[in-house]
Formats: sequence, structure tokens, C-alpha cells
Amino acid sequence: MLSKRIIPCLDVKDGRTVKGVNFVDLKDAGDPVELAWQYAQQGADELVFLDITATHERRKTMIEMVKSVARQLNIPFTIGGGITEIADAEALLNAGADKISINSAAVKNPQLIADLAKVFGVQFVVVAVDTKLVGGRNMVHLNGGRLITELETEKWIKQAEELGAGEILLTSMDHDGTKQGFDCNLLQTISQMINIPVIASGGAGKIEHFTEVFTTTGVDAALAASVFHFGEIPIPVLKNELKKHNIPVRL
Amino acid sequence: MVGIVNYGAGNIFSLTSALSRLGITYGMINSEVEFDLYSHIIIPGVGHAGAAMDKLNQSGLVDKIRSLTKPVLGICVGMQLLTDHSEEGDVTLTNIIPLQTKLFDKALGIKIPHMGWNNVEIKNNLLFEGVENQTQFYFVHSYFIEYNPTFGIATADYGQEYSAAIQKDNFYGVQFHPEKSGAAGERLLLNFSNLK
Repeated sequence: MLSKRIIPCLDVKDGRTVKGVNFVDLKDAGDPVELAWQYAQQGADELVFLDITATHERRKTMIEMVKSVARQLNIPFTIGGGITEIADAEALLNAGADKISINSAAVKNPQLIADLAKVFGVQFVVVAVDTKLVGGRNMVHLNGGRLITELETEKWIKQAEELGAGEILLTSMDHDGTKQGFDCNLLQTISQMINIPVIASGGAGKIEHFTEVFTTTGVDAALAASVFHFGEIPIPVLKNELKKHNIPVRL
Repeated sequence: MVGIVNYGAGNIFSLTSALSRLGITYGMINSEVEFDLYSHIIIPGVGHAGAAMDKLNQSGLVDKIRSLTKPVLGICVGMQLLTDHSEEGDVTLTNIIPLQTKLFDKALGIKIPHMGWNNVEIKNNLLFEGVENQTQFYFVHSYFIEYNPTFGIATADYGQEYSAAIQKDNFYGVQFHPEKSGAAGERLLLNFSNLK
């Protein structure tokens, strides 16, 4: 049976992981390779690295980091942030990334989804969508929720699937950072509406939130950052708890 | 020493990294004569099976691959290339193992691609030595190889039972990515490198 995936998300700046990470046995919390390896040991099913580097040197630094991670990591990982053209994606693929995640570049140029899918296959293309409820409608946002678009979330995701997205990473900006649980209603609507895997993101605060999202929605994976980084939810404990609720996981 | 058929279908950095971690030496095969340099052969592959077969045809290595008697391992699309035909691009493949590669059926209520960790039902086979039955491996694919009792050495269940691994004589194929499947995947690569 296909397992539900648990995905820690790591922010990367200038080739170093940022945000507090609180593993006791970690020598260098800023070293993406060591951190990734630790997560793999803990039983993470997959990792997402989000590049938040602002400088124009970002690409070179990122490629080196991806190579270092791929050399050591024996689970799949996705790279997001700053991918705007085929050449960016190709460099990441050749460096060992399993998937790339595109967000604002896809909104600005939806054809990019189709182009990437055609060249690299749909399995390589994750479309990340940040959504926020505005006047009763779910609207796609950019720049970490600061910039509203004219796109309705449901319609945009449907369009992304049709263009060739292989997976949707859906972050509810209303829930993100609240630690009050995932946006299960919207996640269920979306996962029913499309025929590609959905990763739930935004709002994880405790183990029950993961149980809830997997039992009440059809999502395939759940992503979180701080609850994993600060050791609030150890992955082995989380997975054992999910298993108790008959949610298929990899132990 | 493992030779990797370098026909241009997809990234092999993760595969070579896994081999390095395991201390398995490897090299790239670009021409017929280079097959003689290696004891074991891996055919990698991601992406579109039709496009991959075009590239393999263009490499001019297909006849040589068919004639090999040393252990050969096809991974993911590399495995599908060992079969007769794929619905992806409606393409004739190498015909080494008489099986069909088909598209998953949405009507079975499954999401496509099949992406993630799935249990593998293992038949007794040296490729899986030391790997517990029902161990999970990492899969990413939209097309699958039908189950066949003669050539199937492992199965997975996704909407239906299908081939997770196949074998005919010295030719092996795995649908999952051993280089991305944690310790179990690494064990499988090690097992392959030890096949006689």
C-alpha cells in the first residue's frame, strides 16, 4: 500500500539552512547535508529545500548544495525557489534533485509548467500554491502571501494539473504559522478535484493535526518545518502514532 | 565494476552517488566495446519511455545489450525498456523480456503518477537477498509493467498488482528507484553488484 509521506521543509540561504534547528546531536545546524542526513535517519520520506537566497549568485551556490545533498542522501528531495526557466531546472536535475517546485514563475508564465513537463516528465514538476481566503474565495497569493493574484486557487490548481504538474504543494497562508492544524476542508476539496498527488502544508502544530489531515482528506503527504526543526514532533513518534490510526506509513 | 549505459535518458548523479557510498566502482558506457570493461551493467532512465527508446536506438547499443550474458539491471524507465512495448509513445522496446508496459488506469481511483513509498511483495531472489518481504521502496512512474508469474520477482499494489521487479536470465529490472529507497535500496544495489 502506498504510504502517506512526511516531508520536512528546509529553508536555504546562500547554501546554508536557516531557521532554528534544535537537534541535540547536530554538529552544524546550518549544514544542509548533515541536516538532510539526520532527517533521513529519522525516517523522513522526502525533503523539500526552499531557496530563499536573494542574490544573483543563488544558482551557483544552490547547485553546489544540491550536489552535496545528493551525494549523501538516499531519499528523494525537491528544490524550490527561483526556478524560472528550463535551464534552471536542468541544472538542478543534473545535480541530483528529484523534483523541482515552482510557484510564482508558474503563475506569471503558466506555459513553464507544460515546458518543464515535456522536457523532464510530469514527475519532476511540483507546482507550489500559496492560498488565502479573501471575501469567501480562495485566492492564489505570491511572495509568501503578501501579494494577491487574480487567480482562484481551485481553478489555478486544475489548470496546473492540465498543463502537466505532477504534484501540488498547497500551503494555506491562513493556517501557516498558526500551529492550529491544516486547512482540511480546502485540502479535501483539492485532492478530490485532481488526479495527481497533493502535499498539505501550513498549520502543523501537533501530531493530531497530521492524523486529522490524513484521515479527513485525500492528501498524499504532509509538509512542515518548525515542528520538525525544533524537535517538537520527532518523526518516528509521529509515524508510530499515524500507524496506530491505520494510516499507512513507512517505518 | 558496474558499467552505466550512458544514452542520455535522465540524470544519473543520484545513482552514481549511491554506488560511491556503497564502495561500488563504476564507469560510463558510450560504445559497444566499453561493455567489455564491466562485469555488471545498469540501464538507468527517467522520463518518457518513447523518448528514452529513441535515444537508446540512436546510441546504437540495443543489439549489444540484447546479446549480453552478464547481469544487467534496468531501473525505472530502464526496466521498461527491457519489455516488448510501451503505451507511452506507443513504442516498440528492446523485446528482451516479453511483457507490456501500460498506463495506470485512472478509473481504478488512483492518482497518477504513482509517487512515493510502497510495499513490495518479494519472491525468493538473490537481488532481494537480506531485504525483508513487504519492505517499502520509492516509486515514481505513470506507466507500469503488467504482472507475470514467469518473469515477476517482486510485485507492488497500486490499483492492481503489477511488476515491481522482473527477471529473465541475466536481465533484471526494478520499477522503483533503489538509489532513492533508503537502506533497502542500497542493499539491492549491493546485491546486484554481487550477482554472478
